[in-house]
Amino acid sequence: MKIIVSVKRVIDYNVKVRVKTDNSDVDLTNVKMSLNPFCEIAVEEAIRLKEAGVASEIVVVSIGPNAVQEQLRTAMALGADRAIHIETEMQPEPLNVAKLLTKIVEAEEPGLVILGKQSIDSDNNQVGQMLAALTGWPQGTFASEVKIEDGKALVTREVDGGLRTLSLTLPAVVTTDLRLNEPRYAKLPDIMKAKRKPMEVKTPADLNVHLKKHISQLKVETPPQRQVGIKVDSVDALIDKLKNEAKIILRKLG
Amino acid sequence: MSILLIAEHDNNKLNPVTLSAVTAARQIGGEITMLVAGSSCQSVANDAVKVMGLSKVLLADSAVYEKGLAESLSALIVELAADYSHIIAAASSTIKDAMPRVAALLDVGQLTEIVGVESEDTFKRPIYAGNAIATVHSHDAVKVITVRASAFDKVEAEGGNASIDVVNVVFDMGVSRFVSEALLKSDRPELAVANTVISGGRGMGSAESFNLLEKVADKLGAAVGASRAAVDAGFVSNDLQVGQTGKIVAPELYIAVGISGAIQHLAGMKESKVIVAINKDEEAPIFQVADYGLVGDLFEILPELEAKL
Repeated sequence: MKIIVSVKRVIDYNVKVRVKTDNSDVDLTNVKMSLNPFCEIAVEEAIRLKEAGVASEIVVVSIGPNAVQEQLRTAMALGADRAIHIETEMQPEPLNVAKLLTKIVEAEEPGLVILGKQSIDSDNNQVGQMLAALTGWPQGTFASEVKIEDGKALVTREVDGGLRTLSLTLPAVVTTDLRLNEPRYAKLPDIMKAKRKPMEVKTPADLNVHLKKHISQLKVETPPQRQVGIKVDSVDALIDKLKNEAKIILRKLG
Repeated sequence: MSILLIAEHDNNKLNPVTLSAVTAARQIGGEITMLVAGSSCQSVANDAVKVMGLSKVLLADSAVYEKGLAESLSALIVELAADYSHIIAAASSTIKDAMPRVAALLDVGQLTEIVGVESEDTFKRPIYAGNAIATVHSHDAVKVITVRASAFDKVEAEGGNASIDVVNVVFDMGVSRFVSEALLKSDRPELAVANTVISGGRGMGSAESFNLLEKVADKLGAAVGASRAAVDAGFVSNDLQVGQTGKIVAPELYIAVGISGAIQHLAGMKESKVIVAINKDEEAPIFQVADYGLVGDLFEILPELEAKL
């Protein structure tokens, strides 16, 4: 079975986000960029399925400017077999990403597509579900466990209040949550080897996808800053402030 | 304008996050129809008709909709979509699963987890885990929207007088099947929706000392959370992680214990109404966002807090 993993290049999760002074967007100049953490988990899951003999080939896909090839190389250093870079200068909206991925899926015919549940920049949490809708495939989103058996994917999902397990007919789309696995680090020899793994470059035009504008970002602002509070010197003072100043009801309700 | 609002429920009761979504819908304006899709969920529809501000309740009652599987639920919503300019719901796990499918099937974009309504087509939403707020404008004829419930007050659950229309279309896509579920049977509320959250960090020192935190949590009826450092150190499992890559919470009261306040943790809790920090290091960055800071030894403070609450 072939697995496609889609990955996104995003601001590193440890970097402090700064809004541009003209409020047009977040400032990404000279900021450390990384593989989106949820996408890293998606790559790791695909590698584990290959190591378990379930998957035969892992194809990693990313969409964006040339710089995304860095993240594709990282995914190949971790264990993906080859990469497809869909080159566009802009960062397309989720629906356009899903349309581009649908074309790749139609051409590659994988048994499973694994994606991160969301990227930590736009926080949309949409692409996996949209891809499933456009391909007509079932979906297992926010997965904390994936098992493949008898042509089905058994996906345990993180839902409000606990876990829920679904059985999906393959091919299917899975999106990853934090608990699915702990991604490995790339080893130096593998990083060197990844440089020789195949990377195919395509454009949206090659795939016959028109990148339509659905949602425009008008403005980006820094959220209201919290006032620095006060220090209290005892537990009693803390309880007093919470009750009388913050008007918090300090008891179990219901 | 006419709005289709998807109810969140457990086939028994209407989930209060729905009432926050109604507030967002009322700010958009126009008639609001609430869809209750589930199985043996007449009682939910009976709750729904009393909610203030609705003109109609649609009841789609079928075993197929029992678990809110995205494939079937999205097909049902798309079937009903033609009559509406907006399709909106609170961003529960069911809705986060199904709503992007609705958008894709309608060939429109989705506005995820809005926190403000500027106009019928312009909204505010957090990006970068709430470190920036984007104002976004939809060009689509139908606006598909999920709502961050903590950002909107709840409408009155009583006093309304909507009518119920039964919807008989059933979509069973046949590609996914519910197998089992393990819902947490904790007496504590869910982290994501709790009014009070008390979280521990690396300063807790061990898994055992989280007991101290849990005792305070039980006094307050609070959920227990943790920083990534506490999860990485193996003190607690990572479903408790609050932060940019964990759960994003916005309770009335957030108590951070032994948490230094790394950026990635702050991103997950700084929208809380009141923040209390307890830490022995008075230079810890968590004090920069705390309304009330208490510098001291958490192993002394937690038992004292438990005793005095």
